[in-house]
Amino acid sequence: MSSVRVLVGTRKGAFILSADGERRNWRVSGPFFAGWELYHLKGSPVDPNRIYASQCSGWFGQLIQRSDDGGATWNPVDNKFAYNGTPGTHQWYDGTAHPWEFKRVWHLEPSLTDPDTVYAGVEDAALFRSTDGGGSWHELSGLRGEGSSANTHAQQWQPGAGGMGLHTIILDPTNAKRMYIAISAAGVFRTEDEGASWKPINKGLVSEFIPDPKAEVGHCVHHVAMHRTRPDVLFMQKHWDVMRSDDAGDNWREVSGNLPTDFGFAIDVHAHEPETVYVVPIKSDSEHFPLDGKLRVYRSRTGGNEWQELGKGLPDKDCYVNVLRDAMAVDTLDQCGVYFGTTGGQVYVSPDSGESWMAITRDLPAVLSVEVQTLAS
Amino acid sequence: MHPTAASTVRVVLPFHLRTLARVEGDVALAVQTPVTVRQVLDALESSYPMLRGTIREYETGARRAFLRFFACEQDWSNEPQDKILPEAVQSGREPLIILGAIAGG
Repeated sequence: MSSVRVLVGTRKGAFILSADGERRNWRVSGPFFAGWELYHLKGSPVDPNRIYASQCSGWFGQLIQRSDDGGATWNPVDNKFAYNGTPGTHQWYDGTAHPWEFKRVWHLEPSLTDPDTVYAGVEDAALFRSTDGGGSWHELSGLRGEGSSANTHAQQWQPGAGGMGLHTIILDPTNAKRMYIAISAAGVFRTEDEGASWKPINKGLVSEFIPDPKAEVGHCVHHVAMHRTRPDVLFMQKHWDVMRSDDAGDNWREVSGNLPTDFGFAIDVHAHEPETVYVVPIKSDSEHFPLDGKLRVYRSRTGGNEWQELGKGLPDKDCYVNVLRDAMAVDTLDQCGVYFGTTGGQVYVSPDSGESWMAITRDLPAVLSVEVQTLAS
Repeated sequence: MHPTAASTVRVVLPFHLRTLARVEGDVALAVQTPVTVRQVLDALESSYPMLRGTIREYETGARRAFLRFFACEQDWSNEPQDKILPEAVQSGREPLIILGAIAGG
């Protein structure tokens, strides 16, 4: 029988939640790296025992940990993230030029084909790659404008309130040369040559809070999701607005439809239904909690616009948590499971594609990220 | 001054770095003389490479902002890293203490 392993990064350590394919009875192990911030953990799709974790601290900086036995034991690997050449500048909050400074790794994305290859999205925004299992990291600096093909306007990028992090990395399973990344608050970018050169793909995004609401860069993209069988179709939770692209990001259109609020952070796509999308609406950019204290997931089975409220098993009142951008995931079991974690320390699972929910655990530190591994027996 | 024979220096690490380095108690290091903060940290990172970047910034070699260095009840945090440490530290009678600053709030 298949099983699942949920990798949870929190403000104070990592946790691993395990269950069989029924997803009713759970084992919680951890904390791993207790006391440290775990921004993200993710396993290799080709070797589920290989897991990478981003561990950081305001005191001690950034570490990367690697497990080769499914999270039972861990070893630190290289933690040196050096920008190529002279790092240059981006815009600071006041519009002045500010030097690029490495702060932390927000997201780790293992290769779809090689367990030793992994990408790291960092703050200040840049993309790094390791091809030796985390033994060394090298910047793909075309994204920031290094090299002759630079057109990403990196000098104009500006941090969002949470920092200028590269938080989303999507690898195209049908085209090894193509990937997408997203940055707060710069927008979405695509490469067709394995990261050598990039182009902004933000056409159709409208952000009323920036000087030019339709600017080529400067949009506060919170997260992007893709279904593995439809790599040209992208779904986005922007600061405000849920968006969709059917042409690999060249053009976007709003699909917020009947959502009660289209602010939010997390978004994901059902494992087997490419037009089924999940979001967790958050009240506003000023009040990062669910509307009316009622935690709800919304599901669209039409690729957006028509959304259905899902709340069976979720708090109906007095709930004032947030669900962060990397804190939602799906498994690939026949009956797709959906998972999300909250800043209140709850991790919820729906074993039936969103129809009903249960808390796997309720009292973890604030959850920063949730990833799921579906394991064959 | 050229480095010469090694002294055995004791270093006290903060809790999280002891856990990371998988050590208990003080760390004893063979350090080239003259015994300075830089020489001690070079020896520490050579013996425990997982500590690289956690005490000193990679780019500048500077002490990370929320760590402090103490020796013989004196704050060495802002002393030049090439200043020779007290004899009691050089001889191992007193440790070099690396301390996490109380930076909360």
